[in-house]
Amino acid sequence: MRGKFGDRLLHGYTWLIIAWLTAPIAVMIIFGFNDKKSKSNTSWQGFTFRWYRELFADSSLTEALVNSLQVAVVSTVLTTVIGTALGLALGRHRFRGQGTSNFLVFAAISTPELVMGASLLSLFVSGNTPRGVVTITVAHVLFSLSFVVVTVRARVVGLDPSMEEAARDLGAGTWTTFRLVTLPAIMPGVLAGAMLAFALSIDDYVVTSFVNGSTLTFPLWIMGAVKVGIPPQVNVMGTLIFGIGVAIAIANAIASRRRT
Amino acid sequence: MNTPHNSPFIDPAFLRGMTRSRAASRRDVFRLAGLTAAGLALSACGVQGQKKAAPKPSEVAGFWSGKQKNGKVVFANWPEYMPEDRGPLKKFQQETGIAFEYLEVIEENASFFGKSEPQLRAGQPLGYDIVVMTNGMQFARMQALGYLVALDHKQLPNFAANAAPKYKNPAYDPNNTYSIPYTSGLTGIAYNTKYVKEPITSIQALFDPKYKGKVGMMADSQEIANFGLFALGIEPEKATKADWEKAAAKLKEQRDGGIVRKYYDQDYIDAVSKGDVWLTMGWSGDVFQRQLAGEPVAFVVPEEGGTIWTDNMMIPKGAANPVDALMLMDFLYRSEVAAELTEYIQYVTPVPAVKDLLTAKAAGLKGEDKKALEAMVESPLVFPSEADYTKLHGYVSPAQPADQEAFQGMFQAVTQG
Amino acid sequence: MRRAKAAVAPYLLALPAWIWFAIFFVVPIAAMASVSLTTGNILEGFQQTLSFSNYADAVGQYHVQLIRSLIYGGTATVIMLLLAYPVAYWIAFKGGRRKSMYLFLLLLPFFVSFVLRTISWGFLLADDGILFGPLKSAGLLPGDFHVLATDVAVIGGLTYNFLPFMVLPIYVALGRVDPRVIEAAYDLYASRWAAFRKVVLPLSLPGVFAGVLMTFVPATADPVNARVLGGTGNTMIGNIIQTEYMTNNDYPTASALSFTLMAVLLVGIFAYARSLGTENVLEAAAR
Repeated sequence: MRGKFGDRLLHGYTWLIIAWLTAPIAVMIIFGFNDKKSKSNTSWQGFTFRWYRELFADSSLTEALVNSLQVAVVSTVLTTVIGTALGLALGRHRFRGQGTSNFLVFAAISTPELVMGASLLSLFVSGNTPRGVVTITVAHVLFSLSFVVVTVRARVVGLDPSMEEAARDLGAGTWTTFRLVTLPAIMPGVLAGAMLAFALSIDDYVVTSFVNGSTLTFPLWIMGAVKVGIPPQVNVMGTLIFGIGVAIAIANAIASRRRT
Repeated sequence: MNTPHNSPFIDPAFLRGMTRSRAASRRDVFRLAGLTAAGLALSACGVQGQKKAAPKPSEVAGFWSGKQKNGKVVFANWPEYMPEDRGPLKKFQQETGIAFEYLEVIEENASFFGKSEPQLRAGQPLGYDIVVMTNGMQFARMQALGYLVALDHKQLPNFAANAAPKYKNPAYDPNNTYSIPYTSGLTGIAYNTKYVKEPITSIQALFDPKYKGKVGMMADSQEIANFGLFALGIEPEKATKADWEKAAAKLKEQRDGGIVRKYYDQDYIDAVSKGDVWLTMGWSGDVFQRQLAGEPVAFVVPEEGGTIWTDNMMIPKGAANPVDALMLMDFLYRSEVAAELTEYIQYVTPVPAVKDLLTAKAAGLKGEDKKALEAMVESPLVFPSEADYTKLHGYVSPAQPADQEAFQGMFQAVTQG
Repeated sequence: MRRAKAAVAPYLLALPAWIWFAIFFVVPIAAMASVSLTTGNILEGFQQTLSFSNYADAVGQYHVQLIRSLIYGGTATVIMLLLAYPVAYWIAFKGGRRKSMYLFLLLLPFFVSFVLRTISWGFLLADDGILFGPLKSAGLLPGDFHVLATDVAVIGGLTYNFLPFMVLPIYVALGRVDPRVIEAAYDLYASRWAAFRKVVLPLSLPGVFAGVLMTFVPATADPVNARVLGGTGNTMIGNIIQTEYMTNNDYPTASALSFTLMAVLLVGIFAYARSLGTENVLEAAAR
């Protein structure tokens, strides 16, 4: 009985935390409907759908959002693959260079963003590499890599290797074993790492601001607009990102209910 | 179930992950050292100084002679500094056949400079033909390091004819060698009339213990230094190092007295319009826009003095299309184009004829639009009065590196304690 | 055959990450480290003098902000751990098939730009805003009560912004725990607390370590929360690094400060790893 009560309490608590994290998003959504008269969008002046109709009125903002999404998706995929591999290696195997790998992973996390951005810019300038979407993606992979490695390793460490041995004894090849046994076992870690990588990428300002050349991302565009007032279209775009996310979450929940 | 665990608390596999492979790491360190050496090579000679003196007229003429228009121009500006339909730029293209690329890539002077500096130092073009920077430390460094192209004023007839005299030959760029203004703004006191019942006229209000914890100041050293100096009755342009020290001491006293709530960047305007601070250093254009929104904020240039700053157009070294850039810069000085920009930007224009043009335009409008435009034409925040102008001063701009460092150090010690 | 393959496997797995770290991290960071030993200024240039005085000067001038950052980051991390563990626990064991939905919902607010989140918090927490305004009019709070522009706001902001980075790894580690194991402990008449302490907690420690690493370190170096939510006297070391680099263009001081911060954080990480029972990894790495 006590157990059930405790579970309900924790369930409620979890939703409370979600509500707390989401509270500012509610404000953002509301101000996407604000019929503001001047450039500033900070006091409520009436309801309108205007900003939804004029969502793509500013082409540079739209372009920035598209850039952000593109970089986030590509860098998340790259980071997840590279990071999962290193996380697996570190959590499962003994090999030369392990201590150094750990050191690099920790060092990359502890590098202040500004230092990472500035040092990458010097590298690209000395290499005469044109800055743009590619260099932004490279940088995003770099700073999210450690987060994926650490998350995946937290899952891999202590997993029972006997399943994989059994699969191999049954004649499964390395790739088959990985696909059918290892990957499903570490999947929660991989997914969590990927979500962290996506969140880190789509929200990054400091590092991106060094390596972007003249390409703008969503956070960069918004930061620039702060001086003169953020147009409500930004709120609407935020709302759409959030809405699509919620839709995915709900679809996922319904799908999993059907499966049961 | 507990078989794999020797210790009840620690997962041994986890430990292994953390501690393994001591034997091999020495070799890794050599490899790391190799990479490190490559890194050191990147910066082996340190950063070379390139301080430059002002160019001779013959050098300027030499640079421009034989330069042709290329039919293309890339304009890097701050967001919200050009109507969304890019009207002025489209007109320019129609008239001249020069295609434009307009990029809103400048969010802050310091970060723009911080990012551009390594490229310019390496002699690589930024990829922009026109950039816009405020007349602060970074602009001064652009000049001193020779990162700007000296302008050919023979190709800027509209600037010569239409810019107000007070926007020509500014102290921060004598003879407009490198820049012409894009738009200006004032730094004064912004206050919330819901909380501050008395009309504010003096800068001393910012130091008044009765507003303890409700005063906002700006974090930027040049901005806050001016207000410290005004409070002591010192003109910023004439201030000595000893004056800076006095001003910093005055500002430190203000902070330690608990009067200052926070040193703001651009977010002061939200704070004052919500009442988090009751009065604060503020910029004219911000306050004007809040007034349009019906928010209870007022703006005053204190009787002791206020600051005028200017965002300037300039051509960075290595620009591919300097002639096209000059043509566009000059085009923006046509009165009717300047009027269109001012109507959108709502900061102070360097072209005085704009006021009459907008007054005439307002007369032809109806309803809400008419009211809004009339309010703008009449606002001293967009068109400061002559009386206001006499109170306005530029920033303190120390030229010597040692002085710059001392200046920044004094005021950052106040704002970043 | 198989043995040979197994011996090669970790290297193949680690290789892509190594390449990435080598080119885009080690080389540029080393260059940055060499800048920290130069002297000069932006206008006259910086000369390599291999002088460590930048470190002494930077620490001497800014140790207050450095220590403050460690305190803020540490406090926020402890709060995050306390807040996050129950959430991760509940999702891992009771989330059922909706586990990933809950995780996704926790992270979703962070897909929207921090500028928007911060502006919204500013709106909610304004001195006379929709939360505190009514409480003040009702006399439940003193008139000069405020949260913004205090150290509480900075630590709260750090806690808010990094919380998912604590929840996810703990969840991931807990997810490995077979619920039947816990049932078994109950069957053996272990109390709930004993079952947690003896079975669940040890198994989750890799997750806790990962979580602390991913929150304490970035929170301590963070420049954003102090700038947006802090008041006078809340400046953190991340802000100082930013000012030295961007505003003053004093690259040597900025990099010296950064490497000092990194060194302090790395020592902290390894000390923490050791306190969890491991040997000194730094020592291992340095051989």
